[in-house]
Formats: sequence, C-alpha cells, structure tokens
Amino acid sequence: MATKQGAQLSKNVLQMKFMQRSVLRMEKEQNEEERQKIIDDEHWALDLPEYKTKESDFLVNQSYSICEELQFGRQSFQGFNPEVEKLMKVQNAEKEAEKTEQKEKEESVGDIEMAKRYSSLMGIIAKKFAKKRQHSALAEDDEGPSKKRAFLKPSDS
Amino acid sequence: MAAPIGNVVIPGDIFSFTQLKSTDDAKKILLGPGLKENDLEIKVIRPGILRYRKPGVYWVDCHHKRYIPSKGESVIGIVNQKVGDIFRVDIGGSEQASLSYLSFEGATKRNRPDVKVGDIIYAKLLVANKDMEPEIVCIDSYGRSSGMGVIRNGGFLFHTSLNLARKLLNPQCILLKTLGNRFQFEITVGINGRVWVKAHSDIQTIAIVNAIVASEYKDNDQIKEMCKRISKAVSRMEVD
Repeated sequence: MATKQGAQLSKNVLQMKFMQRSVLRMEKEQNEEERQKIIDDEHWALDLPEYKTKESDFLVNQSYSICEELQFGRQSFQGFNPEVEKLMKVQNAEKEAEKTEQKEKEESVGDIEMAKRYSSLMGIIAKKFAKKRQHSALAEDDEGPSKKRAFLKPSDS
Repeated sequence: MAAPIGNVVIPGDIFSFTQLKSTDDAKKILLGPGLKENDLEIKVIRPGILRYRKPGVYWVDCHHKRYIPSKGESVIGIVNQKVGDIFRVDIGGSEQASLSYLSFEGATKRNRPDVKVGDIIYAKLLVANKDMEPEIVCIDSYGRSSGMGVIRNGGFLFHTSLNLARKLLNPQCILLKTLGNRFQFEITVGINGRVWVKAHSDIQTIAIVNAIVASEYKDNDQIKEMCKRISKAVSRMEVD
C-alpha cells in the first residue's frame, strides 16, 4: 500500500528531504522485483514429485515424570518452609487450571450447537442494541405471552 | 487382541500400532520408557509391567536402582568438582552432569552463585541424550529458580530405588500427605532416587526416613496404619 501511495506522490514532494527514506525504499523494492524476474526466467527446477515425510503415529518420551504425572519434587508440611509451600500452591493451581481447561474442552459446546444457539440469541441481542422506543416495541412483541405467567401450585401426589 | 495393560512384559515383546490404539481413540500415542518404535511396531526393551494412562500414554514400569537421565526430570545432585565455569554434579547416572554457574537465578558473570564442592543441588535436566554428558540447570525457562538450586541448612539425604522416589511423587500415593499431617517437615524428592528430608528433631527425621523406606511395597491403607504407629512412637520418645 505504501508503494502505491508513493507512486501517486509528485516528483517535487519526493525530492523533499523528509521523503528521502521512502524514495530509497521504493527504489529498493523496484530493484528486488526486477531481480526476481531475472531469477525466475533463468532458474530451472527439478520436476520431482513432492516429497512427503510420513508423520509418525508415535511420540517418544523417555521420562517417567511425564508418563506418571508426578508431582513437584519439593514439598513442605505444616509451614516448615513457607517458601516451598508457596511454590507448591502455585504448582497445584497450575495443575488444577490445566485440568479444568481439559474438562472444558471435553464438555464445551460444538460448532453446530453454537450456531444454533446464536441464531436463537439474535432476537435478544438485537433488542440490546435497539433504541429505547424500539426496545419497548420489541419487548411487547416478544414478551406478550410471558406476562401471563402465573404461579402454578405443585400437585401433592 | 488389546495390549496387556497391567501385565508383565519382557524385552522382545512386540505390539502393533492397532493393538495399542484399540484401547483409546487418542490421535497420537506417547511411548514412555521401556518402549521403542521400530517400523510401525513397538518393541519392549525393559522387563516390567505395562502401564497405560489416558490419553494414549504407554510405558513400562520396572524396578530400577540406576538412574538413566532423561530430559525435563528434576533430580538431586551432589557437586563433585568445580571446573572453570562449570560444576560437575553427580546425579546418579552413568556420567556426571555439568552445571553452568550462569544457570542459577540471578547469576551473572560478576555475581557468581555460592556453590561449593559437596553441596546438594536440586536441578532439572536440560540435556539428556544417550551418548552425551547430561546438563542440568537450576532455573526454569523464565529464569526463575522455582524451588531449584542449592539445598542448604542441614537435613538428611538418602538413596532409595527409583520406583520408591516415583511412588512418593505419585498423586495417588498418600504417604507424604499422611506424614505431613503428623509431622512438620520438608522433603525434596529427586526422580533419580535421592530423597532429602529435614524436620525439627533428629528423631523425627529418622522416623520419616524409616517410614519412607518401609513404604515401598505398602498400599495406602498399610501406609496410614504405619504412619499412625510411627507418630505414636515418636511422641513417646520425645517425651522421654
């Protein structure tokens, strides 16, 4: 975009002192393009099929601490070493956060369901952005039946 | 046939990818210690019990006494030598690990850390390759010590089997928690089978060490029972 703007600038402007830097840059870009053209014409490439590295199905890790999800190695009990206890707290919090994140991933809403939800949400959000007068009009439309809600006595059975 | 999780496997046993895959739907399978990939087959290279954890993590659990360094593990080492800019640290592996004097929190070229020969160091393995000297550091990737560094002020260091060290740090093991309810103490466990304990009195320290050593083949209920007995005995002795 900068080059386009530069091209539109007049010669007089470009001759000014504070424009010297962009003039240099434009020149550089032009040179680059020309060089690229030359290279493209002269270069030749091997006509080989694309080499595909087969992705391994395994990850190898020789550490027990990752496999067994071991705890942090320094522990202190009943406030013997407050420094270590602080560290323990931090580590535990990190682990907890990781766990909840994973849980959330498993339980989170899928894309399709999300889209469905949002499509039903549209009315509500539209209401939020409507002006006050329109808002009341919208509310009348939507919440007409909800006003009739009354207390229902639960059956005793 | 599914992989024999929880059963004994012997070096030379071979599993196929589908065999391991059949137990869960993880995209990638992580092979832990004792397993090796070889042309879409998985070979067992250590005798032990095949273990599995979600998602898709397999490893062989076997009895070890000699530590094999592997990257990212936290170990306890003893400084053996000071050679120029690095310390040679014994971490129980086949070779001594090197520790640069700059890999301590707040260390600069001018401000050298106060480390002497014979010091106990809690550190993390940065480099651990098969045929190379392991390298340890006492800072994390943010440059903080986060509990690593020289362990000072007394305490007692002893060696255990690697299994016991792992058992202590296993979230399912209640030994440290139960001991922690009964005694006020501090412990540092290295995955290399070294354990450092410090408590208020010698009697307590000895009791804790004995409890740890005795718990190797005990389950959680037995551990609870043992801790009860030990704390009673200690309180009786301290009164005397």
